[in-house]
Amino acid sequence: MNFDWFLRAVQEPQIQRALFGAVLIGFTNGILSVFIVIRRLSLMADAISHSLLPGLAIALILFGAAPSTLFVGAIVAAALVAFGTQIISNSSRIKEDTALGLLFACAFSLGQALLRFSPTHIAISDYLFGNILGLSDADLILIYGVSCVLLPALVLLQRPFLLMLFEPSVAATQGVPVRTLKYVLMGILVLAMTSSLQAVGIILALGTLIAPAATIYLFVDSFPVLFWASGFLGAIGAGLGLLVSAVTDLPAGACIVLVLGLFFFIAYIFSPKYGILRKLIKGHLHEQSLARWRGSAS
Amino acid sequence: MEKSVTRSHSEKEPSSPSKSEPGHVLQIKDLTVSYRRVPAVHHVSLKLHCGRCVGLLGPNGAGKTSLLKAVAGLIPLETGAIEIGGHDGSAGHGAYVAYLPQRSAVDWDFPTTVRGLVEMGRYPALGWWKPFREKDRIAVDEALRAMKLSELGDRQISALSGGQQQRVFLARSLAQNAHVFLLDEPFAGLDKPSQDLLAEILRDLAHAGNLVIVSHHDLRMVPDLFDEVIFLNGELVACGPTAVVFNDENRARTFGTETFSGQPA
Repeated sequence: MNFDWFLRAVQEPQIQRALFGAVLIGFTNGILSVFIVIRRLSLMADAISHSLLPGLAIALILFGAAPSTLFVGAIVAAALVAFGTQIISNSSRIKEDTALGLLFACAFSLGQALLRFSPTHIAISDYLFGNILGLSDADLILIYGVSCVLLPALVLLQRPFLLMLFEPSVAATQGVPVRTLKYVLMGILVLAMTSSLQAVGIILALGTLIAPAATIYLFVDSFPVLFWASGFLGAIGAGLGLLVSAVTDLPAGACIVLVLGLFFFIAYIFSPKYGILRKLIKGHLHEQSLARWRGSAS
Repeated sequence: MEKSVTRSHSEKEPSSPSKSEPGHVLQIKDLTVSYRRVPAVHHVSLKLHCGRCVGLLGPNGAGKTSLLKAVAGLIPLETGAIEIGGHDGSAGHGAYVAYLPQRSAVDWDFPTTVRGLVEMGRYPALGWWKPFREKDRIAVDEALRAMKLSELGDRQISALSGGQQQRVFLARSLAQNAHVFLLDEPFAGLDKPSQDLLAEILRDLAHAGNLVIVSHHDLRMVPDLFDEVIFLNGELVACGPTAVVFNDENRARTFGTETFSGQPA
């Protein structure tokens, strides 16, 4: 295989930026995916990703298409939906998933309706599906800044988070501020999502926020290993996906998520610990030994 | 009934008299806690000494779980106070009190081994960042040994039997240096050998000077298992040494009447 195209591609500043952004997002979101997978927040993350839209729309209407105000708008909208969900579920008999489903549908609808009033017609599809090859310096700084805040926070809070994730009520008796940590986790999730906005889009960000830990989860029984391995898998998947996209000329966000999805399915089938192949073989052996036992018993 | 009376109480007395000093007393004063605004436990006052294994008896909905959670500091008190070793729980009793959740409340697929779970018991003492040291490793080893889990350290926690799963949580509480152990229906769903082993371990814990409180509904095991019993049915029916209060009258008053709150606990 000829690697010339690869070297040329990597030397191109546009690709370099994209690669830098994708790997950084992949790593940060990969680590965050551990919390989403273990705490079963996948649907919550999905809902929050849709909830960003009205914030984006209002920011567009009020301030135009400046990245910083769009970012703030997205955070405010997502936070409103996330905290609104908590408030409704904590204060009434409505359960969390119901409140969330209701609020995010309303938020997305509101966003779509508000977009009608947007003065500048901008490619909102970029924000839904990302445009990693069009990353500006400001976008890169944003991604870098968010990673610089989130990664140390997640690493430093690893222990209390682990206690909370495992069993919130026991963690509370051990002096872990469970409720505060839940809000912190939500805030971190929104921040990560908004920083992924420009690169892979809010919808595809979900892939990087779920797939890495879901894959590693099928291999390991250690939280620290899951934590770091998911980060590295996310980074590798994002980088590889981008290169696949450069070769095949398919959309970058889609390639990144598909590569991560491929990793997951390989793990799902072949993982020596929790893969289905092993389960099938084990079941087969079990049946054989049962048959032997029955044979000798009769 | 006679059987429980003839059983000598003195053999169950805590080994050291110092255990009944004020520092080793759990005192509940006029406690009321509510579950979704319905009082689950009503004006309960009682006093328990460390070194005992205490049975918390009552029908479903009697407020057993609520009482345990209140002692653990997991739910707010509506009235009253809970003092442990002379401290009211306003700042939380922290690692001193260990609450063991019902087994169904735990995600057993969580990516941790038996040893990893017991290590979590050291985290409150270590704080958020302090590294794991030799003495922590020794504490974990000892806890695993005491709970007869040394050989299972590398198992993922779902690959354990029900009794072993209970013991992992007890080991974690031991590693945490807890002194008051609160167990919510630990015998539910265990086979006979596992029940016997757990009973033996709980008795050992009490003999070592800990206070063990166990919510429970199988009355047949009571005389062998508990030094003291609490009869609860929304209100406190009786509390005292098994030989004294575990009688037909109290059982009828606790289990024979309507559930106090009408709500599942």
